Amino acid sequence: MTIKQLATSVAAATLIAAPALAEVDMSGKTIEWVIPFSETGGSAKWANFFAPLLSEELPGNPTVVVKFMPGAGSTKGANWFQEQEYDDGTLLFGTSGSTQFPYLLGDPRVRYEYSDWVPVMASGTGGVAYLNAEDGEKFDGSANNLQDIDFIYGSQGATRLDLVPLLAWEMLGMNVEPVFGIKGRGDGRLMFERGEATIDYQTSSGYLGASADLAEQGKAVPMMTWGALDDDGNIVRDPTFPDIPTFKEVCEATDGCETSGEAWDAWKAFFVAGFPVQKIAFLPAGTPDDVAATFAEAFDAVRSRDDFAAIAAKQVGKYEVFVGEGAKRATETGTTVSPEAKAYVQNWLQEAYGVTLE
Amino acid sequence: MDLFVTALPALGQAWAMILQPAVLGYLVLGVVMGLAVGVFPGLGGIAGLSLLLPFMFGMDPVLGLALMVGMVAVVPTSDTFASVLMGIPGSSASQATVLDGFPLAKKGQAARALSAAFTSSLFGGLVGAAFLTLFIVVARPLVLAFGLPEMLMISILGLSMVAVLAGRVALKGLAAAGLGMLIGTIGEADAGGSLRMATYDIPYLTDGLQLVIVGLGIFAVPEIVSLLRQDRAIAKNAELGAGWGDGVRDWVANKWLSLRCSLIGVVVGVIPGLGGSVVDWIAYGHAVQTTKDKSNFGKGEIRGVVGPESSNNAKEGGGLVPTLLFGIPGSGSMAIFIGAIALLGSGDIEVGPSMLRDNLDITYSIVWLLALANVVGTLLCIAASGGIARLTTIRFTYLAPFLFMLISFAAFQSGQNFEDILALFAIGLIGIFLRRFDWSRPAFLIGFVLSNPVEKFSNQAFQIASFRFRDSFEAGMQYIFSPIVIVLLIITVVSVVLGLRQAKSIMAEGDVQAGSKRAPLVFLMVLLAYVVAALINANMIPDYNMTDKIVPLVVGGITLAAVLIVLVQMLLRPETDSIFADKEMAGEDADAPYGLWSTLAWFAGLIAATYVLGFILALLGFLVSFLRVRAQAGWPKTLILTAAGIALMCVMAGALNRDFPPGLLQDVTDLPWPMN
Repeated sequence: MTIKQLATSVAAATLIAAPALAEVDMSGKTIEWVIPFSETGGSAKWANFFAPLLSEELPGNPTVVVKFMPGAGSTKGANWFQEQEYDDGTLLFGTSGSTQFPYLLGDPRVRYEYSDWVPVMASGTGGVAYLNAEDGEKFDGSANNLQDIDFIYGSQGATRLDLVPLLAWEMLGMNVEPVFGIKGRGDGRLMFERGEATIDYQTSSGYLGASADLAEQGKAVPMMTWGALDDDGNIVRDPTFPDIPTFKEVCEATDGCETSGEAWDAWKAFFVAGFPVQKIAFLPAGTPDDVAATFAEAFDAVRSRDDFAAIAAKQVGKYEVFVGEGAKRATETGTTVSPEAKAYVQNWLQEAYGVTLE
Repeated sequence: MDLFVTALPALGQAWAMILQPAVLGYLVLGVVMGLAVGVFPGLGGIAGLSLLLPFMFGMDPVLGLALMVGMVAVVPTSDTFASVLMGIPGSSASQATVLDGFPLAKKGQAARALSAAFTSSLFGGLVGAAFLTLFIVVARPLVLAFGLPEMLMISILGLSMVAVLAGRVALKGLAAAGLGMLIGTIGEADAGGSLRMATYDIPYLTDGLQLVIVGLGIFAVPEIVSLLRQDRAIAKNAELGAGWGDGVRDWVANKWLSLRCSLIGVVVGVIPGLGGSVVDWIAYGHAVQTTKDKSNFGKGEIRGVVGPESSNNAKEGGGLVPTLLFGIPGSGSMAIFIGAIALLGSGDIEVGPSMLRDNLDITYSIVWLLALANVVGTLLCIAASGGIARLTTIRFTYLAPFLFMLISFAAFQSGQNFEDILALFAIGLIGIFLRRFDWSRPAFLIGFVLSNPVEKFSNQAFQIASFRFRDSFEAGMQYIFSPIVIVLLIITVVSVVLGLRQAKSIMAEGDVQAGSKRAPLVFLMVLLAYVVAALINANMIPDYNMTDKIVPLVVGGITLAAVLIVLVQMLLRPETDSIFADKEMAGEDADAPYGLWSTLAWFAGLIAATYVLGFILALLGFLVSFLRVRAQAGWPKTLILTAAGIALMCVMAGALNRDFPPGLLQDVTDLPWPMN
């Protein structure tokens, strides 16, 4: 009974405040936002952040509930979504970099096709790599003095988002030994704090949440961000961390590291797929344009809220939220890599970590 | 000293924040909701918190915290109902409670067991809060002192409890634990992604089996089937003996045990990465080792209830330390908790290192909200325990169909796959035979629970140690043999030696008679076949993925050796030897009016019908036919009970926003909820 009362009172409160005027009316409906990860991950946080905001902005204020379908590192959920057809606009699906990477690398389990789906919103993040205090002293904006140190890094797996930092460090000529099998970046940071790992990276929100504190106390030295993309697709400093150089700058300053050529192209391709376009909300194949537009408008209204920048900064970072056409373009950049980049990374994974993706 | 200068006012502010009618009201609301969710096995804090999440956005922080903390805090209290009354582990934190709690219920002392458990939970929760109040401001270095070798040693300490719970034939206990560990390695390896006893053609197996399913399968299914075969009430003679007052007195008599187990709970809870899965077993082992007369363990020893229950609520308090100080969730529900905190108010409470500096008052309110929620939850539970204990006097045939319904639903919620229910059935079969032939089920479960931590920590600690050794021999030794590791090592050795000496007197399955050789031998051969298959399978993993194969190989090798020795012993010994224990030879199961397979067929029927018709329609048919045919109930009773069961499912699924397992019918037709 208590649950119901709570639900009714909240529902009533939102209904009163709702100016519902649009062609697509969703009042009384329940939208399921399926996340192919467990309740505990970053994508869950992302969807839970947007769900109540979306509910406020959609015409008719439908209830938006987040559902979880974890399995096989999101491949299970994405394969399931591929089978779904448009019904009445009550199904939304959220992907992450971990959904994009197996797709880009040709994982045999992938049975989904991004281009079939209808993107309505996309958002990105950044990442910061940092060193322990001792080795950090040797960092002078280039990796020249770091090349004969053995670093230890707590990693979730070479085929995951960790591909981006691992390849970057390799390009800088650093010797980083990944210890595989940790469950989240938080565990990696803890390993770093205990002194077991000597190098680490966090996505922006993770860095702001805890690692920045370490840097302030002098226990960690920020090394580089992965950067952000400008309108022309160039890598520029991450707006969240304007004082930290990008990998591109560090690479340019380091002997033997090139910001052109196949290694660089491959790194950049996977960076773009993994960070600036990390999480995308999709409607299923066959969604009519007016419904897609309704969702895009609602997400547009969400990002235009006066307080959006402030609340988003805590939850999803100060990164651009793409909607509608912008989301479509972002999805295209995030889900295509050149065959050369793909072949390069596949080959590197095989040689460095013995990972074969047939 | 300046710590106290900041800590004391913060503590005062925290109390001022908490002690407001609105806050207390939300706390009670959270507690009631937590109780409602927690009494159902398999639906713990994650389901409950997910339910609250949509309301957290922009909510007043203290109110939101009161609601969430109230809910999280009572789950390890309320899950005791299922553990004690039905023998179903309500969550991973109350697995050990089943061992002695359920036998007490069978003796008609359910109310006593419940109130002892709740009092212990309350005390554990308060000890946890008091400890944290003093400790949280200085906790950081201690948490950081627990590196991978230390965590590995704690996992091994948990594993050493197998020695206590191995049963009469120690080798069988060892083999059961090994088998549990091997089953725990099924699926994609964490480190290198190799597949163990799984294939991409069966995607379900690549993720491995869920603890909820294994816990329900190993403990719940065998007990439900056994009781159903005997066609009687859980409490023999259908009488309720000792009441709730006795339970409180039992706690008073064992208050020091309760205190020690609470401290074990809070300390293990503080260490991130272990979660609750080992705490209750370590506490149970401790309770056994510190009891003079061990003959009652497994048969209804109240100390076996007090120990684990004191530790599991204290653990929740301890688990707040990594959650709040490091932003690293100690459990699934804590992960949602972190996410939800960020939604509160204007979002300026940030979990992590800054929490103590910027929000010490909030931190203290969380700690003491937790303690208050424990008090409220316990009082409600104790008040209810006398009445709910009456369930044990009902003829079990009327309870069983609803238990099958609940565990199927709970199993399905763990992964939303039809295979979840199949896995429950398969693991249930293993459980039935482990029970029948007196292979220690607790040992199996401990092995399963600790399989992943042992593998993960040993691999990672090994890798880091090898880098240290590359630096210098000294650095490597220092890393592996830290003072904490050495202390834990000594405790482990002592507990194994003591445990082996005591194991013979602790019969988790009761005194099982031996009979013929054939059936126990056949079961042994099946185990042998699986172990050999797992070994061959692990050996096929290429050597560059050594991290993925070494643990299955070592564990499989030890298990194989244990099984082979048991085989030799079986061949040499007479058929009256206790190694041939078989519940079908004498005792309750042998005298039961119904056979094993015909009883199990009802459960199988529910699953098969679900596959075709979907859960709700299958359940309708199952309940009606079970109540009519097996329970011989009249039509009015049948229809009322069926309607009640279906209504309960629909309310639960509706409120928690969960799906039912769909069947083939749902693929081809479009039915209205809840039949879709």
